[in-house]
Amino acid sequence: MATVLDSHVVVAHGAGHGAADGGGHAEHPPTSTGLDHRKLLMWAFLASDTMFFGSLIATYMSYRGRAEELLIGPFPSEILDIPYTSVSAFVLLMSSLTMVLALAAVQKGDQRGLRVWLLATSLLGAIFLGGQYFEFTEFFHEGLSLQTNMFGASFFTLTGFHGTHVAIGVVWLISLLFVSLRGGLSQKDASSVEIAGLYWHFVDVVWIIIFTVIYLIN
Amino acid sequence: MADHAQPAAHAGAAAHHSEHPTTWKYVQIFFVLLVLTALEVGALYVPSIKPVLPFLLIGLAAVKFAIVAAFYMHLKFDNWLFTAFFVGGIALAISVALAFSALFGTFWQAPIGHGAPEIEHGTARPEGH
Repeated sequence: MATVLDSHVVVAHGAGHGAADGGGHAEHPPTSTGLDHRKLLMWAFLASDTMFFGSLIATYMSYRGRAEELLIGPFPSEILDIPYTSVSAFVLLMSSLTMVLALAAVQKGDQRGLRVWLLATSLLGAIFLGGQYFEFTEFFHEGLSLQTNMFGASFFTLTGFHGTHVAIGVVWLISLLFVSLRGGLSQKDASSVEIAGLYWHFVDVVWIIIFTVIYLIN
Repeated sequence: MADHAQPAAHAGAAAHHSEHPTTWKYVQIFFVLLVLTALEVGALYVPSIKPVLPFLLIGLAAVKFAIVAAFYMHLKFDNWLFTAFFVGGIALAISVALAFSALFGTFWQAPIGHGAPEIEHGTARPEGH
């Protein structure tokens, strides 16, 4: 029985003609759409998370430029370090590359490659988190905290939530690494890595926006 | 119907899988993203483009966003339903952000309340504000 939602006419139930959703060469899941429900769920979650970060960014943008009028400093122009944050952006960008290479490896059945790239992605994520921690403590020592002014409140809320997302992603990737080391991630399980990859790339994409809005435009 | 669908499914699936980027393609895309990031940071140090700097930065960020979504997140090669989900969320997010910003006067930077007097850098706000 063909599914109308798929642009390629494929058999939806049980036939191993390759995944319509472009994952590893798995059979079509027996779903009404012919798509992996877990992957669809992840995309729905990412759509909701986009709205979450969109509201936080809008809040920051609304408060930006008003701190000078109403409250005490420190202010963005005197505290944000663009060269330092550019390195953070580069680290997260590179982690996106290693994540997609991990997915490519598992889709080819390359277990060693999967583990290497998963480890690399986790390490790069941890380096990013370390950089965020250092930046936050520096800002705190310079007098900026959640309670200082509107810039502090919106900045730490936005970047704090993003950092939390990264931390969850690092834990997830390390878990996948352990599963792989125990032999539980074969080529047919590529969709598990793909779904983790979607989350990780989303985290990177959000940082692209945050880096531009908070650091560069300011 | 299923018999007619299977050859089409094979052709569609084969074409579909051949579209996925190679490892080298992923690396090339990374360098494109790197160059775009360098352009973003470099633009800050070019005084002549300051009037259009916010638009340029947002444009570059949007391009990077699209590249990561299309190639690294495989939206370009996947079922349209995934794109619909994500783009729908993005559209809602942008709408909410714009509405919120308009509500709080972000675009015209109207001062909150009746207008604040000049405040010296690093001092507390005056009484009554």
